[in-house]
Amino acid sequence: MNAYLLEIGQALLALLLAPGLVGFVRWLKARLQNRRGAPVWLPYFELRKLFGKEVVMSNNASWLFRVAPYIVFTSALAVTFLIPLLAAPLPFDNVGDLLVVVYLLLLGTFFLALAGLDPGTAFGGMGSSREMTVAALSEPTIALAIFGLALGAGSTNLGRIVTATLANPGVAISPGHLMAFAALFIVSLAETGRLPVDNPSTHLELTMIHEAMILEYSGRYLALIEWASWLKLVIFFTLLANLFIPWGLAATLTPVALAVAVLTLILKLVLLGLIVAVVETRIAKLRLFRVPELLGMSFVLALLAVTSSFLLK
Amino acid sequence: MTDFTQLQTALAENFHERISELHVIRGNELHFQISRGDALPLAKLLQADFKAELRLMVANDRRAAQGFYEIHYLFVNDHENWYAHATRHLSQADPLLDSMATFYYPASRFEREIHDQFGIEAMDHPDTRPLVSHAFWPADYFPLRKDSVPPENLSDNGRPFEFLAVGGEGVYEIPVGPVHAGVIEPGHFRFSVVGETVIDLKIRLYFTHKGTEKLFEGRDPADGVELAERISGDSTTGHAMAYCQALESLAGCEIPDRAKYLRVILLEMERLYNHIADFGAICNDTGFAAAQSHCFRIRERLLRLNKRLTGSRLLRGGIVPGGVGCDFPPGLNLAAELEDVLADFNEIVEISLENSMLTDRLDGAGYLTNKTAIDHGVLGYVARASGIDLDVRRDHPFAAYPRLQFKVAASQSGDVRARAQIRVDEVRESVGMIKQALAQLPAGNLTAPLGKLPAWQPAFGMVEGWRGAILHWVMLDESGKLYRVKVKDPSFANWPALSFALLKNIVPDFPLVNKSFNQSYSGNDL
Repeated sequence: MNAYLLEIGQALLALLLAPGLVGFVRWLKARLQNRRGAPVWLPYFELRKLFGKEVVMSNNASWLFRVAPYIVFTSALAVTFLIPLLAAPLPFDNVGDLLVVVYLLLLGTFFLALAGLDPGTAFGGMGSSREMTVAALSEPTIALAIFGLALGAGSTNLGRIVTATLANPGVAISPGHLMAFAALFIVSLAETGRLPVDNPSTHLELTMIHEAMILEYSGRYLALIEWASWLKLVIFFTLLANLFIPWGLAATLTPVALAVAVLTLILKLVLLGLIVAVVETRIAKLRLFRVPELLGMSFVLALLAVTSSFLLK
Repeated sequence: MTDFTQLQTALAENFHERISELHVIRGNELHFQISRGDALPLAKLLQADFKAELRLMVANDRRAAQGFYEIHYLFVNDHENWYAHATRHLSQADPLLDSMATFYYPASRFEREIHDQFGIEAMDHPDTRPLVSHAFWPADYFPLRKDSVPPENLSDNGRPFEFLAVGGEGVYEIPVGPVHAGVIEPGHFRFSVVGETVIDLKIRLYFTHKGTEKLFEGRDPADGVELAERISGDSTTGHAMAYCQALESLAGCEIPDRAKYLRVILLEMERLYNHIADFGAICNDTGFAAAQSHCFRIRERLLRLNKRLTGSRLLRGGIVPGGVGCDFPPGLNLAAELEDVLADFNEIVEISLENSMLTDRLDGAGYLTNKTAIDHGVLGYVARASGIDLDVRRDHPFAAYPRLQFKVAASQSGDVRARAQIRVDEVRESVGMIKQALAQLPAGNLTAPLGKLPAWQPAFGMVEGWRGAILHWVMLDESGKLYRVKVKDPSFANWPALSFALLKNIVPDFPLVNKSFNQSYSGNDL
């Protein structure tokens, strides 16, 4: 019973942390650019503002346009039940393994792309076509990178992967793990719409990917989509942090262990946020046609990770 | 004194008595009248044998007093610093221009502009679509005619603008603007795209048409300055100086030495803050936001210096007819400040251009060939980046420029990188020029009396604004008021070239290419 409460608790925690994490990355980037930056908690107010606003819809929009935000949001939320945020193993580990996680995320992307096409505007279509290109190239890498871990643990079950690493700490610095980490880090940037693939802070409609797709959304629909995309950042950071460096996760459901788990999670998110902010400040956006090269590279890394895990097993 | 004998002989040989009233004004301006059908052969002769290009066409409504329209053609020779100013009278009964649109592209745009504003048709013009006028102008409304009455009801006629449609399998259109996601001026861009590759771009401007040239009419010449300053907010000094130079040229007024140097300082300060902001903005469009926040920090510092110099962050009130409006403020060590600014800027440039991800975006993007650049008569850094060696400060020296040492920035590569690099080079030159001007700054008066301004005589002033050559052409009536002012911002020549620079680039690179041009909407739309 307590384990199920934990599941609900970690989903809520992810929901709560998501705006803060994005606010933190934005604030850090501003500081790194010598700007004062908006307060870290601004995204919470953004959500409140958007939920309070009326929804303006294009006359050409169909039911799909209304449904998509809920699908995007719930699919991201569902993932937070399946990944080891605070504890491992989780009772839902048997409900969905890494394949379910990857394709739940893809489901959200797919519906977002459909919603971008739905009102028939030039920008939505442009954003959707770009997003599908990026997704098609990055989705296999995510699966493959985690497969690299699964091969070592002998299971695609995320809980088992974590316990296997905890039982045998040496694998955390094995070449397979390190390459898989690098591969997953690169696709994380692509999947969450960050530099060098997409620029989350641009106002230039012609260069947008994620932002172009959601240009037609407003009010609570926009709030849900924004929240879901922030949640995605937490999900990818958690996968990076807890699959590869699982220490800190609660093995037993004692209050002390959980408190430690929450604190280490926040610490790991902050560290990853810092890395992303520094990377985003140092690099420029790639020319769109160079993005496949970068994602191709991450795929090769993931493939090498799988190969080396297999050979060194 | 320019030797016009050869040109005069050539004109006499080719046109005989069809060219009349030949006279030289101010030493290097040959003024004359031409007759019907002579404009095109004249342009060809001047281009082929005398390396003079058409830089300006002005229509002028003189029907009330004389019964005709005047068309003035200003040809400029940049190598020997002289001008040929040809005038043609068009009868009011049948105003018809012989078009030279197929010979020289800028003429095509001037002729379309004249058609929309004066109702003067250009014979055999290949493009009869409106340029200035939008769908809510009544067909018989020609605002620059002296007797035109603004229509009470301006409403859209609902007809879409005739963009040339691009067809073919997989070709689709992306309409962008006139209202954009960022806080920028309005303009409509229509991309024809295959996949992400742009195969055609059409630009529709004139959404910020304010009737500026009409607003000049009837004003006291001294009151025209404030209007000139507001033609394009970022070129305050450039436009004000071109306008004042036109007046001074008309009056034969020589401004005091001190004013000449102060004008150089003001014009170069304007160039500095715009070029530095542009460099940051170009970097920002590649996602490298750090460079922009630093460039904007420097820009802010320069704007505050501007405020100390003139009392206005945008340098308004700095230039007045006959001199400058304010003296150099006591206690300001501008040279030291600018040294500091330059060191700061150099560091940002170094960090940015050593970032291979950033330069990968700049290199080869938005390539404008030398041929296309010449065909469009582009000006300023756009021209210099595409291998056209052009700079009014050197070619037609004004203010104190003849007494300063500077290099004209140049590049052959014609891409975004080149246009960014030209700005960087010009920033360095500008700081050098200001330092020289400060060192040489003589004592003396700030203004000279303008003197009497003759009526019905054309005069013009040309200045190298930060975007390129700004031209103002003025004529006064006998009551001493402005009768006609024609303004040419370099944007008028440069905007169409953007379409060509973008060909075969991909859609997401457009903002970057556009930023590297950074033309003025307001200055173009007037």
